Amino acid sequence: MNTKELNKSVGAVSPSLAGRDGVGLTLFDKIWDAHVVQNVEDGPTQLYIDRLYCHEVTTPQAFDTLRDKNIRVFRPEQVVAMPDHNTPSDQQERIDDPIGRKQVETLAKNCAEFGIRHFAMGTKDNGIIHVVGPEKALSLPGMTIVCGDSHTSTHGAVGAIAMGIGTSEVAQVLASQTILQSKPKTMRINIEGTLPEGTTAKDVALYIMAQMTTSGATGYAVEYAGSTVRNMSMEGRLTLSNLSIEMGSRAGLIAPDETTFAYLKDREYAPKGEAWDEAVAKWKQLYSDENAVFDKEVTYRAEDIVPRITYGTNPGAGIAIDECIPTLEEIDEADRGQFLSMLEYMQFQPGQKLEGTPVDYCFLGACTNGRIEDFRAFASVVKGKKKADNVVAWLVPGSWLVRQQIIDEGIDKILEEAGFELRLPSCSSCLAMNPDKVPTGKLSISTSNRNFVGRQGPGARTILASPLVVAASAITGVVTDPRKL
Amino acid sequence: MAKQKFDIIQSTCIPIQIDNCNTDLIIPARYLASTTRDPQFFGDAFMHDLRFDAEGNPVADFVMNKPEYSEQPKQGIHEIIIGGQNWGSGSSREHAAWAIAGYGVRVVISSSFADIHRNNLLNCFVLPVIVSKEFQQELFETVNANPQAEVRVDVPNQTVINMSTGNSESFEINGYKKYCLMNAFDDIDFLLENKGKIEEWERR
Repeated sequence: MNTKELNKSVGAVSPSLAGRDGVGLTLFDKIWDAHVVQNVEDGPTQLYIDRLYCHEVTTPQAFDTLRDKNIRVFRPEQVVAMPDHNTPSDQQERIDDPIGRKQVETLAKNCAEFGIRHFAMGTKDNGIIHVVGPEKALSLPGMTIVCGDSHTSTHGAVGAIAMGIGTSEVAQVLASQTILQSKPKTMRINIEGTLPEGTTAKDVALYIMAQMTTSGATGYAVEYAGSTVRNMSMEGRLTLSNLSIEMGSRAGLIAPDETTFAYLKDREYAPKGEAWDEAVAKWKQLYSDENAVFDKEVTYRAEDIVPRITYGTNPGAGIAIDECIPTLEEIDEADRGQFLSMLEYMQFQPGQKLEGTPVDYCFLGACTNGRIEDFRAFASVVKGKKKADNVVAWLVPGSWLVRQQIIDEGIDKILEEAGFELRLPSCSSCLAMNPDKVPTGKLSISTSNRNFVGRQGPGARTILASPLVVAASAITGVVTDPRKL
Repeated sequence: MAKQKFDIIQSTCIPIQIDNCNTDLIIPARYLASTTRDPQFFGDAFMHDLRFDAEGNPVADFVMNKPEYSEQPKQGIHEIIIGGQNWGSGSSREHAAWAIAGYGVRVVISSSFADIHRNNLLNCFVLPVIVSKEFQQELFETVNANPQAEVRVDVPNQTVINMSTGNSESFEINGYKKYCLMNAFDDIDFLLENKGKIEEWERR
């Protein structure tokens, strides 16, 4: 990254705007306002984009658009690409599926043709975009970040506006480093207090979704705040921001603080030396003013949250792990048809307790829970125990850096002794685009982000949970509360 | 995708009464590995796993396979989908919008859309129309009762009319996007025309 580019991204704050006319600005406002190229009359905002990430699935047609129009990439140095969805997790010498292979090769070719930095499959730089971006400090506070992937919200955890976009919009950013967007409303979600034992950021997100449904934050950019969030590790914050889209919000921001700075410092693309000090000074202005007004504000208590699981086919259909699935009477009459069809797919009954239900597959990984802290958590549960024989377990680091850290910390040995195998970085079983598919009818308990019909494979059934719950279930072979193991 | 200018569309409708119809349902992930832009490829994959069973046979009781709704869209026929609330939630895959456009649909009416999918539809020249829950319900009832019932979407006047009952609602669309739809004008062309402003921002 050159200095000019860097200065642009870290200079993206307008302190002069803060507190103007006595009206405070939100964190989102500060970053948004600093990136406005123009407000189109009776239309959207043309917003400058600091960082575009490209993966193989949502970009081939965007590059075709550029070729159609005979234009180059406008700011190739601000674009970073890597394949992750089609990548196998058992070996990375080859991709057997010819269509998936062609897509990965197409990304490499497009990057070569248009001069874009490309982290190839199987190299130490590769991994899931939403894991690699923050851990290489390619995603920095104050930036605007987009990618043709809804979980781009993840990068908001460093204090950036990060949003998923479509392929047409990828082409727009490639062509102009800007995008046309209507400014969303703002919502602050406060979580206050200390999380009970065995409860993680994943459980916090699953709890919020169950409270506000999967469309509760549609139309809003969310900021997470409160003492629980302040006390979360960077990995936990990335998990929380990752799941913003499952509440309907495209963006989930967290104000940068000492935790953020400590996480980013000395990472590969982080500013160094004096540039770092200057950057931090600017980043420290990235917070919602005390008198900032949000369009909506909600507060939850950490002490109300326990380890959670989902029972349905959207991430909002969840319960505390020791609760029963709602009975039909507990569901609004208008929603009963869809409730029953979800349960029919999942092969569950209204009122059923899921704790103790046999599981076939356990998946640790994805952009939601594929970071070092997730593997430490998993290992803490399985250490000295043995994997259940009835379970197939896929433990898939989110990046080669994470995988190396797992090995450096000796976590791989703990996993191995417990009967688990550490696989290679990939999106893996989060979505059925590579060999890690859950067969029809099988029940998977997974740290990924979506339990949609067919998401992990046609006919596959998915329970979403934290790494601790998945680890406990992998040991017993049934849905298990880690507090009771 | 072929761009067709918008004016007034009056058509029979396909009622897809599924709330939270996510983009994984609209097009399953295995169709995403393709690098093609062929509208037919994506149109054939539209709602695939609800339309077809594991052996590839049509699922008889899924709405798109019922004889009264199964005709592929063309002018005046099935150009409009009435969808459940929170239409297009989940994955950002524009392939879902390609599938809808590739199938031949020009308008999706719902009481709410997921943000990313709504933008994708607009960029693929499919118009997302947001109506009240009550009007959405009325449209479902009308179209379920009479598959020949027509709905009129008047883009210049921003109204949607249930031709069977005469009831109508107005819908929101900003002036810029309305101009784009009515003139088959792309965002990317607008942005390329504004290079000067972008470079000016960069020099700041």
